[in-house]
Amino acid sequence: MDTATDISIENAHDVERIHDILSQVPDPEIPVLSVVDLGIVRDVRVKGGCVEVDVTPTYSGCPATDVIAHDIETALTKGGYSNATVNRVLSPPWTTDLISSGGRDKLKAYGIAPPVGGRSVTALFGDDPEVPCPRCESKDTELVSPFGSTPCKAHYKCRSCAEPFDYFKCL
Amino acid sequence: MKDSDKKQGKSVVNDDVLTYCLRLGDNAMVTSQRLSEWVRNSPTIELDIAFANIALDHVGQARMLYSYAGELEGKGRDEDSMAFLRDEREFGNVLLAELPNGDFAKSVLRLFFYSAWVLPLYEGLNQSNDERLAAIAGKAVLEVRYQLKHSAEWVVRLGDGTEESHKRISDALIELWQFVGELFEADEVENRLADAGIGVDPTSLKGAWDNTINDVFARANLTRPDDDWHLTGGRSGQHTEHMGYLLAEMQVLQRTYPGCEW
Repeated sequence: MDTATDISIENAHDVERIHDILSQVPDPEIPVLSVVDLGIVRDVRVKGGCVEVDVTPTYSGCPATDVIAHDIETALTKGGYSNATVNRVLSPPWTTDLISSGGRDKLKAYGIAPPVGGRSVTALFGDDPEVPCPRCESKDTELVSPFGSTPCKAHYKCRSCAEPFDYFKCL
Repeated sequence: MKDSDKKQGKSVVNDDVLTYCLRLGDNAMVTSQRLSEWVRNSPTIELDIAFANIALDHVGQARMLYSYAGELEGKGRDEDSMAFLRDEREFGNVLLAELPNGDFAKSVLRLFFYSAWVLPLYEGLNQSNDERLAAIAGKAVLEVRYQLKHSAEWVVRLGDGTEESHKRISDALIELWQFVGELFEADEVENRLADAGIGVDPTSLKGAWDNTINDVFARANLTRPDDDWHLTGGRSGQHTEHMGYLLAEMQVLQRTYPGCEW
């Protein structure tokens, strides 16, 4: 009997189920995104009935980090995985490049402009990226402040439809 | 090498990394505390939010560094004990970080000087042989790079702005310049850690810092003072008269109600 294979098949099934559960855990500050959309789930391991989830913080001081760990444990408990632990891993650091394309669409539909370009945009005195308005698509927008309502956002204004909006800043 | 010598060698490194972590953590914590004082007092609500956001990044960096320091020490002290239950002489932050905020120009210029220094420091530390320090620094690099852009833009806006804004930031420059030299000093701890490939030699940061300052000052119509005389003492816990007041406010709750949580 090939028990090793049996175990790994069972684990693969669990990992897939856990992934589905995590896809339903919202980010506390941007509830339209799940922790999977945000790209902060690094790894899921199942060993002998214990589940370990590696999560990376978006920002060093992100106040949502502890809440996210708690929400993940709660969701896994409800899903039948009561023995789950969440590890915080730092390396490699999270960047906005890790937000999934589905996540970017959800952000836009929610009224938050998704990050434009890669992380190299943060050069001193580089040209600011063109950020289209998430409501009217106009590219005639202006940066109001590089810092916004949460650590991950900047504040913009659309000159065409006059709406202020959040931009998920590039990091 | 005898086992006892090896053990002793390892413990020296461990103590050095502990000291280093606390210094880095203190720089981040004290910077965060000063930035937080601007909350509710900034010239505009956007700047208020900006300083609060930057303070949050620094407090996050401080938490990670203090937690690591606590583990290295192995005496059960956590991040809160490091921030709130150590005395002035135990803090190893640079003097620049603890100076009072003054006006907006002084705070912006201080943040700019600090960010232009800590960015190449964290970039170097990201290559450290100590994986934990490398990981903390790798995260911080991205945040500090974004912050540096913000303060650099404001230095240009004020320096190349009105007569009043130019005067304010020029006055701040004269006052702050005497605290810049300390940033690039190295003591035995930092020399040993640099040799071991764990820490960054502070003297090696001067070139990158000069480039950033010269680039921004040229755009800001500001001139570097010629005088390089400077004050020092932060690394060894000898602080300015302002530090005690800063800690009194920062630590009052834990000092009054030790161990209090909510």
